[in-house]
Amino acid sequence: MKFDIKKIRADFPILHQNINGKPLVYFDNAATSQKPKVVIDAEAKYYNEINANIHRGVHYLSQVATDAYEESRLKIQKHLNAKHNYEVLFTAGTTFGINLVASGFGSLLQPGDEVIVSHLEHHSNIVPWQFACERSGATLKVIPMLPNGALDMDAYKNLLTSNTKVVAVNHISNALGIINPIKSIIEQAHKVGAAVLIDGAQATPHIKPDVQALNCDFYVFSGHKIGGPTGTGVLYGKEEWLNKLPPYQGGGEMIKEVTFEKTTYACLPHKFEAGTPNIAGGIVLGVAIDYLNQIGFDNIAAYEHELLTYGTQRLNEIEGITFYGTAAEKTSVISFNIKGLHPYDVGAIIDKLGVAVRTGHHCAQPIMQFFNIPGTIRASFAFYNTKEEIDVLIDALKKAQMMLN
Amino acid sequence: MNTIQQIQEEIIDEFAMFDDWMQRYEYIIELGKSLPLIDEKYKIEENLIRGCQSKVWLHAEFNNDNIVFTADSDAILTKGIIAVLIRTFSNQKPNDILNANTAFIDEIGLKEHLSPTRANGLVSMIKQIKLYAIALQPN
Repeated sequence: MKFDIKKIRADFPILHQNINGKPLVYFDNAATSQKPKVVIDAEAKYYNEINANIHRGVHYLSQVATDAYEESRLKIQKHLNAKHNYEVLFTAGTTFGINLVASGFGSLLQPGDEVIVSHLEHHSNIVPWQFACERSGATLKVIPMLPNGALDMDAYKNLLTSNTKVVAVNHISNALGIINPIKSIIEQAHKVGAAVLIDGAQATPHIKPDVQALNCDFYVFSGHKIGGPTGTGVLYGKEEWLNKLPPYQGGGEMIKEVTFEKTTYACLPHKFEAGTPNIAGGIVLGVAIDYLNQIGFDNIAAYEHELLTYGTQRLNEIEGITFYGTAAEKTSVISFNIKGLHPYDVGAIIDKLGVAVRTGHHCAQPIMQFFNIPGTIRASFAFYNTKEEIDVLIDALKKAQMMLN
Repeated sequence: MNTIQQIQEEIIDEFAMFDDWMQRYEYIIELGKSLPLIDEKYKIEENLIRGCQSKVWLHAEFNNDNIVFTADSDAILTKGIIAVLIRTFSNQKPNDILNANTAFIDEIGLKEHLSPTRANGLVSMIKQIKLYAIALQPN
């Protein structure tokens, strides 16, 4: 398929508006992505024509809603190349998925056990594991990072012991855009018998993950970062692990039988899907995944790489610029600071010029502590962005620099 | 000494001279740069108003029935905004600070900075100033 940027941009109504009197340049895609019209229409269609509760209703709409919801699960299974559809659980997002797994391990871990996370994690893949360790008496260990933002893989090797029960790392760092060598991380963790959770929140907008090829035990991601609705997400888990973990929440669909003496749990995936889920969101998430697959992840990756290269090259024109996360394996996220300027001041000024970037610690404070900075300016590009928009960013940064100096 | 109301009106008049956001921001930056330095010994954890993105240190002390505020921030726009607040509320009586209306913020075009998602919401700064006024109220 030819990558027709004009046609793609026409799919995103939100991009064609002025902010503060200037055409919007949206470079905060790592925080959330914009939604194509097919997704917006599908959400409206659901509420206009389908809305009903799922799995138990005998009436027509309930059947239609159930079919659409389960069809979406199958699409996601296919997208991730999961072995079974019941290994795909709908969640409220990445954070929910990690909490679900970490909470389960909180019951399985024992004092003396170890959990490994990396220095590159955002708070959602640190704090739930701290909870799990506090609850179980296990110890949290951290894979250190190198000055270029890559993980210190030699140190990782040394951290792994027979006590390591879980390794939880992100596929791509949200703050720096570094792509981690997760295949190797997973292989090494499995050698000591540890389960591996991959936080794919930042990867799924750019890469089609193959959970069987990766051989990860859990893979989590959010719908809203891949053109889907907010409050949606997926937890992929290997059947054997999902059967070992206790349920996260009680009620509704997750039961097999309830008596006041004892409750038995439903089979997968319902064991982990208590209560009425975000039905519309789950269905529409499938539409978003279809949309991305139609464009093609190879096309997306190639185009975004062009944006990354062009963006890096143009940002180099800014006097006093420092880039954070310069390892070779990167996605289209550029994190930087300008000498003498606070990222907030820059972000606030370029916002007035219509340019939306993220500034701050990006919910990854340990990374900022590593670099000893209050935060960074992060421009994160999606496949609907253009080089012309990068030019607007550069002009805006130069203006901000002029005003602040 | 002018009353809080008078100072606010002065500030509204000054900001009314600016035609666009750029001039307004440049003025805030200038105010930030000219904010008197806070004594380094007051840049401590307990004087910190923690925001999402920038830090503000606010110190208050009592002097001849008035509260004197000094402050600093690591972001210059935030520093300019706290400078506006200090000009308004410093050297005023605790009761006057507590009863002061802060609607002038809207009038000078800084409404967007009221949002808690901005570096250090003006709301937090005003709240902290009023908390000091409560704490330093004479019995």
